[in-house]
Amino acid sequence: MASPLEQFEITPLVPINVAGADLSFTNSSLWMSIAVGCAFLLIMAGTRQHAMIPGRLQAAVEMVYEFVAGILRDAAGKDGMRFFPIVFTIFMFILMGNTLGMIPGAFTFTSHIIVTFAMAVAVWIGVTIIGFWYHGAHFLSFFVPHGAPKAMLPLLVPIEVMSYCVRPISLSVRLFCNMMAGHTMLKVFAGFIVSLGAYFVIPGIAPMAITVVLFGFEFVVAFLQAYIFTVLTCLYLNDAIHMH
Amino acid sequence: MELDAAKMIGAGLAVIALFGVGIGIGNIFATLIATVGRNPSVQQRVFPFAIIGFALVEAVGLFALLIAFLILFT
Repeated sequence: MASPLEQFEITPLVPINVAGADLSFTNSSLWMSIAVGCAFLLIMAGTRQHAMIPGRLQAAVEMVYEFVAGILRDAAGKDGMRFFPIVFTIFMFILMGNTLGMIPGAFTFTSHIIVTFAMAVAVWIGVTIIGFWYHGAHFLSFFVPHGAPKAMLPLLVPIEVMSYCVRPISLSVRLFCNMMAGHTMLKVFAGFIVSLGAYFVIPGIAPMAITVVLFGFEFVVAFLQAYIFTVLTCLYLNDAIHMH
Repeated sequence: MELDAAKMIGAGLAVIALFGVGIGIGNIFATLIATVGRNPSVQQRVFPFAIIGFALVEAVGLFALLIAFLILFT
């Protein structure tokens, strides 16, 4: 029987070798392209009509837009809205990636730490640069909590800096672990259906019910993790722009 | 003790962290229910924070799972 971790293997579909570097088009790249294509088609098709009274698809796309715009506006205020394109891109990419991974036989590209780490580090470095760009050297006062007694600063400032540096790790590991653990659990319970159901079918019904419930739970987690990544990105942006 | 046996024990020990995660998630939703019970009109405003809190606490649980996997498989 196959191991539940085999689903995370990356297989090159179109081997491309540029001067020794492996730049193959893999199944991960394929599903990333499908995710981007789906997001693109959805929004293009939804905004094609420009109707004042939106039809179903346009209303759905407008709801998604307003949802993400609401998150950014609540977290970062009006000044934060200039960063809406990157926030919306992150939300749609992770949402599409997570949801497309639920299709049986599909590959969840967000279940690889390198993918989520790349996104989280991009967000973290971007937010740090934005902080220094907006406030200059004064941005370093972000690590000094307001109203703290001066004697405590040698203890507090390293802790603040460390908790700031943990942000990309926690952001990436949260998404990665949710996706990997969720899909591994699904595979394990699905394997139980086969192995228990081999004895006259009836014992296979319990793991089947659990798998159905887990499947629904994974859809919720897919949406939730995209939402959490976006909310935290907006909160970190707010920290950089408004510094408290 | 063999390395494999030690890895199994380490992975089992790492999962003890889920004890705190269970308390955390229960705390969040107990407070949510009590809050909505006191003031039902506030549900729309408080629910997103409950979901964010749940995801953050669950992330900590998944850090424990990550350590367990790291111990088991490397």
